Amino acid sequence: MAEAQKMEVSDEIAISIRKMNKWYGSFHVLRDIDLTVNRGERIVICGPSGSGKSTLIRCINALEEHQKGTIEVDGITLSSDIKNVDKIRREVGMCFQHFNLFPHLSILENCTLAPIWVRKTPKKEAEEIAMHFLEKVKIPEQADKYPGQLSGGQQQRVAIARSLCMRPRIMLFDEPTSALDPEMIAEVLDTMIELAEEGMTMLCVTHEMGFARKVANRVIFMDQGQIVEQNEPEEFFNNPKSERTQLFLSQILGH
Amino acid sequence: MSDTHAQSVAFVRETSLPPVPPPASQAGAVKWMRENLFSNWVNAVLTIGSLYIIAMIVVKSAPWFMNGMWDTPSLAACREILQGKTGACFSVLTERWNQLLFGFKYPSTEYWRPGLAFLLLFIAAAPVMFFKLPRKLLIFTAIYPFLAFWLIWGGTIWTPLIAAFGFVVGYLVYARFMKQSFAAGFFGGIAAAFLTWWLGGMVGEAIAPQETLLEAVNSRDMGGFMLNMLLGVTCVSLSLPLGIVLALGRQSNLPLIKGICVVFIEFIRGVPLITLLFVANVVLAYFLPPGTTFDLILRVIIMITMFSSAYIAEVIRGGLAALPKGQYEAADSLGLDYPQAMRLIILPQALKISIPGIVNIAVGLFKDTTLVSVISMFDLVGMIRGPILASTEWNGVYWELFLFAALLFFIVCYGISQYSQWLERQLATGHR
Ligand SMILES: Nc1ncnc2c1ncn2[C@@H]1O[C@H](COP(=O)(O)OP(=O)(O)O)[C@@H](O)[C@H]1O
Ligand SMILES: [Mg+2]
Repeated sequence: MAEAQKMEVSDEIAISIRKMNKWYGSFHVLRDIDLTVNRGERIVICGPSGSGKSTLIRCINALEEHQKGTIEVDGITLSSDIKNVDKIRREVGMCFQHFNLFPHLSILENCTLAPIWVRKTPKKEAEEIAMHFLEKVKIPEQADKYPGQLSGGQQQRVAIARSLCMRPRIMLFDEPTSALDPEMIAEVLDTMIELAEEGMTMLCVTHEMGFARKVANRVIFMDQGQIVEQNEPEEFFNNPKSERTQLFLSQILGH
Repeated sequence: MSDTHAQSVAFVRETSLPPVPPPASQAGAVKWMRENLFSNWVNAVLTIGSLYIIAMIVVKSAPWFMNGMWDTPSLAACREILQGKTGACFSVLTERWNQLLFGFKYPSTEYWRPGLAFLLLFIAAAPVMFFKLPRKLLIFTAIYPFLAFWLIWGGTIWTPLIAAFGFVVGYLVYARFMKQSFAAGFFGGIAAAFLTWWLGGMVGEAIAPQETLLEAVNSRDMGGFMLNMLLGVTCVSLSLPLGIVLALGRQSNLPLIKGICVVFIEFIRGVPLITLLFVANVVLAYFLPPGTTFDLILRVIIMITMFSSAYIAEVIRGGLAALPKGQYEAADSLGLDYPQAMRLIILPQALKISIPGIVNIAVGLFKDTTLVSVISMFDLVGMIRGPILASTEWNGVYWELFLFAALLFFIVCYGISQYSQWLERQLATGHR
């Protein structure tokens, strides 16, 4: 069973979202979201385009503001207090669909920037940490190049390394492979699987169902701003309960 | 088709093709000319026409240059020697060079002072322009404004010292309070600096010796190309940071700050520079308490700086808008605060995009410094139109003088433009 290789999940709560609502103007994007993530848990979020997946995980590190309900990350309540926001962002790493590397900085500088300025790590030490993580994502030899000189898959791995350099306790992924050519998807997924095996708490928005089966403890299906169904991967894929989930799965797995 | 199975449809490559160098380009002057100058009938006509015009200009102006006089005392003397031949009277340049460069009232024994300030400018600008140079050189850059002020204006050394001291005190207060609150540090720093200047001004008056090392020169006595350089360099270096602040302010979430910046930018852009200069010259005096003297050059510097900073702000705003939103988000998600994100991520990229626009404005500003001649300041153009052309010796020497002025401005502006192109190449980091 897939369960066998899954790491133990602690009882400690990493993220707790209660009755969270968000509007864009008068458009109700997220409706009554309730979600608790334990430390070490790996959660895959899927759902049709526009269902609010990105908005949900962007609320967790306050890239978007929610208007109702509470979000608690690592015991810190997310409010409009800037100090709390900064604290949470230091603990939560994020990878974007379009990598968002800093094109004017070299790969190494991309990775050392935040540790040096936010964590006040000495430059030398920050560079060592950066090289460690670049080795981990298997591109230490590219350290002196610029993002524009790397392939998409390499850029996304650098983006993962850049987040890891801040030593986050939680990682958020927003469709990390959907801007990549097919042959590059595997290298990014491998990196993410490795990360999962080390026990990182992860929330991934992705449609890579192979990845979900392999590492997820839970798969969440969202539609129209609501969590429609959540279950362990085997159950979720083999025996979806809601009609909308069935339709969605048949669409993405159908061919 | 040696390595393929030509007879079958299915194809399997068995030997891989080795890479070969690209074909050597067919060079040659004749080929180049045929492609670029005479590629078709219309182009050929245009080429021949242009060549004819260039040739005419050279043929007509060559004697004027060749017969040029360099050492006559007046235009009349030039004409006498030339006796009706065409020829330039460059003597006006050799005779009046000092007025063209320094104005007609700057004491001639002190020309070395602005000259030295000009040479030191290169040392001060170097570490800002070429960031591969050691960062320690920036210390001199920080000292330079005060040193240059002292060299050019002379007088007691306490004035620049107190001015510099005010900046230091302001910065220390800012650094002290900034950790608690940015606003407290910012306004505290400004208040501390002004307090220092005010106190320092009183102390300075008391202790200033009558005899000073460098003879004091009045602002009214500044002139010539020196005045253009002085205004150009000061205003460009002040308007760039001010423009950045305005551009960021215009993007601010705080409605008050945003409003102030928008009104300032839109107002300044809607007013001709000449109007602002007249305001600086005449109108400002009404608003000042009677009896205060507020240096004319300082007033002009403020006006030109405000003018160009509004334009620079708009150029930088374009650069900021061109950055993908993802850059802000990535900076935020890594925990960088606003000043850090701006300084390390956003501005370096936005400024890089804005370089051509900023240089455009810097060059325009530098040339616009000649407008001060309309408020009776004797800059290079003011000198030519005023004292020199009005003198009996040189009345009527237009071409030589204005060509000289054009040459000086061209050298500086072309230099700025070349530097900016070099900078753009330096900052290019791969595609995207
Ligand atoms: N900044 C925004 N302003 C207004 N509407 C937005 C904004 N961002 C996203 N939306 C809308 O919110 C909905 C959810 O978006 P998103 O979370 O990006 O969906 P998903 O990631 O699931 O595709 C979409 O309908 C989208 O059009
Ligand atoms: Mg999305």
